[in-house]
Amino acid sequence: MMNLTLKIWRQKNSNDKGSIVDYPVTDISPDMSFLEMLDVLNQELIEKGEEPVAFDHDCREGICGTCSLYINGRAHGPSTRITACQLHMRSFKDGDTIYIEPWRAKAFPVIKDLIVDRTSFDRIQQAGGFISVNTSGNTQDANAIPIEKENADKAFDAATCIGCGACVASCKNSSAMLFVSAKVSQFALLPQGQVEATDRVLNMVKQMDEEGFGNCTNTGACEVECPKGISLENIARMNREYLAASFKG
Amino acid sequence: MSILDSKIPEGPLADKWTKHKNDINLVNPANKRLIDVIIVGTGLAGGSAAATLAELGYNVKAFCFQDSPRRAHSIAAQGGINAAKNYQGDGDSTYRLFYDTVKGGDYRSREANVYRLAEVSTNIIDQCVAQGVPFAREYGGLLDNRSFGGVLVSRTFYAKGQTGQQLLLGAYAAMNRQIGRGKIKMYARHEMLDVVIVDGKARGIIARNLVTGEIQRHSAHAVVLATGGYGNAFYLSTYAMGSNVTAAWKAHKRGAFFANPCYTQIHPTCIPVSGDHQSKLTLMSESLRNDGRIWVPKHKKDVEAIRNGSLKPTEIAEEDRDYYLERRYPAFGNLVPRDVASRAAKERCDAGYGVNQTGEAVYLDFASAIQRYGKEQAYVKGLDVDDKKVVTDLGKKVVENKYGNLFQMYEKIVDQNPYETPMMIYPAVHYTMGGLWVDYNLMTTVPGLYAAGEANFSDHGANRLGASALMQGLADGYFVLPYTIGDYLAHDIRTGPIPTDTKEFDEAEKNVRATIDKLINNKGTKSVDHFHKRLGKIMWNKCGMARNEKDLKEAITEIAELREEFHKDVFVPGGENEYNEELAKAGRVADFLELGELFAKDALERNESAGGHFREEYQTEGGEALRVKEYQYVSAWEYKGQASEAVHHKEPLEYKNIEVKERSYK
Repeated sequence: MMNLTLKIWRQKNSNDKGSIVDYPVTDISPDMSFLEMLDVLNQELIEKGEEPVAFDHDCREGICGTCSLYINGRAHGPSTRITACQLHMRSFKDGDTIYIEPWRAKAFPVIKDLIVDRTSFDRIQQAGGFISVNTSGNTQDANAIPIEKENADKAFDAATCIGCGACVASCKNSSAMLFVSAKVSQFALLPQGQVEATDRVLNMVKQMDEEGFGNCTNTGACEVECPKGISLENIARMNREYLAASFKG
Repeated sequence: MSILDSKIPEGPLADKWTKHKNDINLVNPANKRLIDVIIVGTGLAGGSAAATLAELGYNVKAFCFQDSPRRAHSIAAQGGINAAKNYQGDGDSTYRLFYDTVKGGDYRSREANVYRLAEVSTNIIDQCVAQGVPFAREYGGLLDNRSFGGVLVSRTFYAKGQTGQQLLLGAYAAMNRQIGRGKIKMYARHEMLDVVIVDGKARGIIARNLVTGEIQRHSAHAVVLATGGYGNAFYLSTYAMGSNVTAAWKAHKRGAFFANPCYTQIHPTCIPVSGDHQSKLTLMSESLRNDGRIWVPKHKKDVEAIRNGSLKPTEIAEEDRDYYLERRYPAFGNLVPRDVASRAAKERCDAGYGVNQTGEAVYLDFASAIQRYGKEQAYVKGLDVDDKKVVTDLGKKVVENKYGNLFQMYEKIVDQNPYETPMMIYPAVHYTMGGLWVDYNLMTTVPGLYAAGEANFSDHGANRLGASALMQGLADGYFVLPYTIGDYLAHDIRTGPIPTDTKEFDEAEKNVRATIDKLINNKGTKSVDHFHKRLGKIMWNKCGMARNEKDLKEAITEIAELREEFHKDVFVPGGENEYNEELAKAGRVADFLELGELFAKDALERNESAGGHFREEYQTEGGEALRVKEYQYVSAWEYKGQASEAVHHKEPLEYKNIEVKERSYK
């Protein structure tokens, strides 16, 4: 069992200034998940009549992309290739002090405490992150176009992005290039995505810029902290797509 | 004569859906622009319905409580999606998928619905591939398949262990295209708290903005609930933390009958509970049973040694292991359906053979698969098939390619490496086959109120087969609802916009506000979670994998008492006009406390065992579920002020195209 000091960002709402508040927690089991440790704290706060710490979470198995904690200066905490909800307390030791903050980016304003607004990501997808095919039941047979396994696998790898925003939170420029390039790459690697490739990359990048995300300066921090291991290759591919589209467009 | 009219079209089974589509009314494109549809929930069913209805030209308003439609819990589905493509040439067909699903559901589903599901399954795969969903492919570039429980063919399409994610992102992308065109108005971080009925028809909802607390009125010509299942009544489950029954339950209280609430799927392969702090359980995909073998030690002395740490599972000799599924069900082995596999695990653990400290875990072992694949690869590559290290390394690679993300997930939670030592697993609540009663058109007993996906009861009977949830969600949303809702809306082309300044909206909003005020101002002493956990314990112990009359009667009393205590003593911190997760949770748990009682009541009424509903009083000598012919009906409950006073209606089930037999997997 562990005793820990938590230093947590508390902010009543988007207009509040916010500050770090200290909370001791005791008897934390190493088998608890990080979010279950926060549950313990919140139950104690509620029992004392205080307001619990607000944080985003839902599936608690690393796939929905909702949780978004900046733990000891790292998106999703000290382990790699996992989300905060998959982080377990065995990664910490008795007596540790843990800083817990929200994602910090102009395009991700704080809603409350550790919760941020990531609808900017949705708007980027709305600008072009799709293939324009209506639901008819009369598209061609799924096996009509064989797709080279290597490309199919790479498209899949890009498509596993969970849209959590760790890439933005980890980037000193708050760039969303890894996120945007993952979707652009998924479709660029598949024959179905070719028809709209030009408009897609131009529109998504335009929206990304309008949302206030920063530029990419190739530090690679996003790839390191991405819980799904989305590769920087995708950014290179998007740059090629963008360049080609710019000449065409 | 039942008051439930399932509206199943006449004619031969295979022609019903085509004939129905030809017979129903259509709305012309210009009139679609005059019609509004509300869709609550943006998982596979809601997301696909929203996108398709918007493509058709309706004005869609979509709601989800998550911060983005992409996060609905369909995203967590791992293993795959079934479709009767017969790409493997192994004898699959629409009829076989239909047959497997009806048999898998223990002959408690509607023939016509299931046949339609099997029929449109192939369209789903075509549609998803056209959208750019990256399904797994073979080296020849064609789509790969794998097997799932309860069937003898390979018809499951997959994208590693993230099939639900990829399909949901496909539906989300289709939605995004329509949001961009202004045809869907998206309300994320909004929760539906009531449905508004005007002149007997569903005409809108009351929603709460979860960020600001604002209570809003939204009107439409029809309302679709695609709000998922209610397994979180058990507190611990594989559902997302936010999954809840509130939308469905509010609809029930407004007149929608609730069907078969006791049919719950307890999934055999989940990571066991580790302690009281546990907030949720994690599934290990059924696809693992393609290659994993389930066992416990044959001898009690080995069980003891394992529990006290003096023996490792890998040290137990082959002949001292009990591969109990292979022993009991030689024809299907480790790929028996979920209900059967779960009960078999419980049987072994109850007999004292559980392999962890709590005695509630069995092994899922990949050692033989690693050797088998390794030998295959070594042979292909011309390496020494007897070199243990070469074979093991190659085998691990193959297993990693197939299940890598699941193995990683397991290791992160349990801190053990499943490539080296068998996984430990135990059944957990995973899905609810019951839900709002709907007719063939997916309409509830309230005109204009539809239910799709897990939220309805329709296709899975008493037990759902693996990889069929994704199929049903997308079938409902892409290919069924867009047709059937048009038939209803064809009568609404002259109605004009539905006003929200009417007495019906006033009344519904007043109710919602009163409920919130009461929760916020309750001067209680205990947290919402306190009550939710206690409800979960009652549900698991008395309405779980095995049920009996005595336990169910106790559960009904205990849940009613707990509900009373909740309303007296719950404490909800914070205010109502702000982001307040505790307030949202309190409303959801209040509804679970009502549903739980109806659940137990339904289980008590059903004096038989069928699929996920196992009554100890009704079993064969071999311990298998014993169906009772006179219960061959759907139970649909009508709300009458309290769960205890709910009125029971029956929809008889007829099987004309399939012979009702003992459901055997031996």
